[in-house]
Amino acid sequence: MSYQTHADVGGQEGYGPITPEPEGELFHADWERMALAITLAMGATGTWNIDESRSVRETLPEYHSLTYYQLWIRGLIELLQRHRLVGEDELAVGRMLHAPTSLKRILRAADVPAVLATGTPTVRPGNSPARFAVGDQVRTHSGAVDHHTRLPAYARGKSGRVAAVYGPHVFADAHAQGLGEQPQWLYNVVFTARELWGEEGDETATVSIDAWESYLS
Amino acid sequence: MAHDHDHDHDPSELSDTELQVRALRTVLEQKGYIDPAALDVLIDTYETKIGPRNGARVVAKSWTDDAYRKWLLSDATAAIASLGYHGRQGEMMIALENTASVHNLVVCTLCSCYPWPVLGLPPTWYKSAPYRARAVKDPRGVLADFGVQLPESVAIRVWDSTAEVRYLVLPRRPAGTEHLTEQQLSDLVTRDSMIGTGLAKTP
Repeated sequence: MSYQTHADVGGQEGYGPITPEPEGELFHADWERMALAITLAMGATGTWNIDESRSVRETLPEYHSLTYYQLWIRGLIELLQRHRLVGEDELAVGRMLHAPTSLKRILRAADVPAVLATGTPTVRPGNSPARFAVGDQVRTHSGAVDHHTRLPAYARGKSGRVAAVYGPHVFADAHAQGLGEQPQWLYNVVFTARELWGEEGDETATVSIDAWESYLS
Repeated sequence: MAHDHDHDHDPSELSDTELQVRALRTVLEQKGYIDPAALDVLIDTYETKIGPRNGARVVAKSWTDDAYRKWLLSDATAAIASLGYHGRQGEMMIALENTASVHNLVVCTLCSCYPWPVLGLPPTWYKSAPYRARAVKDPRGVLADFGVQLPESVAIRVWDSTAEVRYLVLPRRPAGTEHLTEQQLSDLVTRDSMIGTGLAKTP
């Protein structure tokens, strides 16, 4: 196993208390605004997709010692280097040393509202029938995965019930690896807390995940 | 995740991260990869235009207009778009109605998935490990941390946003609000009540 995510924390102990925050508090330093903006602007160039960027962030060895926007910046630097848009030497001196690469698009100020308003829908036309229907009992696959995936560890090898069928969606696991969209049916699957956590589970609680078809049998 | 915020520092002393972001921005600009004016528009959008007041308007309308509420529950993406909220990180929306017997709570255990068009940027706690770790295992404990106590007769339904579907909780309308206008009602709808870690305020 070479792929290691540090982000899959659902159900784990030892992260300490939650620190609530007032509603209007968005940034804690000016550079966080810039981190948000340059990350979104570079994402809009279409050089990588959101699944690849999640994959890069979740595998950063220093994941748990970084604040959220530090994670974004570290992830962005990793992506820029991976796609050969920026050299380490350029970041070290803080100016351009090599000719730029040509990008698919540049996000211009005038286009920002339209780009945000459209987003990046992941629903795709279906070319095969859904294997499962609402009410079906399903079981998630168990075991480790050697690439980016969206099936959390706590929900592996568990029995649940299909609560909604969301249509075919871009398959994050493949998309993150540069293997194309490979759309699959996406389902909302509900588990009892007892199924997930045994005796520790709250008898009155259920937890759902959104699961692609190949996660289920 | 660490929470050492920079606001206590001497402003003349630049942190390593700050220097790194400056260097990065300069290189990206010099290479022509980013339009500096676009950065300003992006920041302004999420500081002043797209935030939880959008979602509050959706919720208040669902409380006063039953046809809208039904539309929201059957096709949230379209119903929310009809008020002008759509796009990035809200491409496919589902509305979750809290009732006398069910309370919904939304989390993203794997990263920070959040319905941006209606709630804006997620709060730090939503993106941090403590909430993400506990919400799926101890939802009542998490609610207690936010000062919310629900009777045992209320079932808790936790939604882990593991794909590109985004969830908006419709909190229960507080009692004694029959006389309020939609605008006044929307003031009672907090960000946390639309994540499920809070309840709507009482007037």
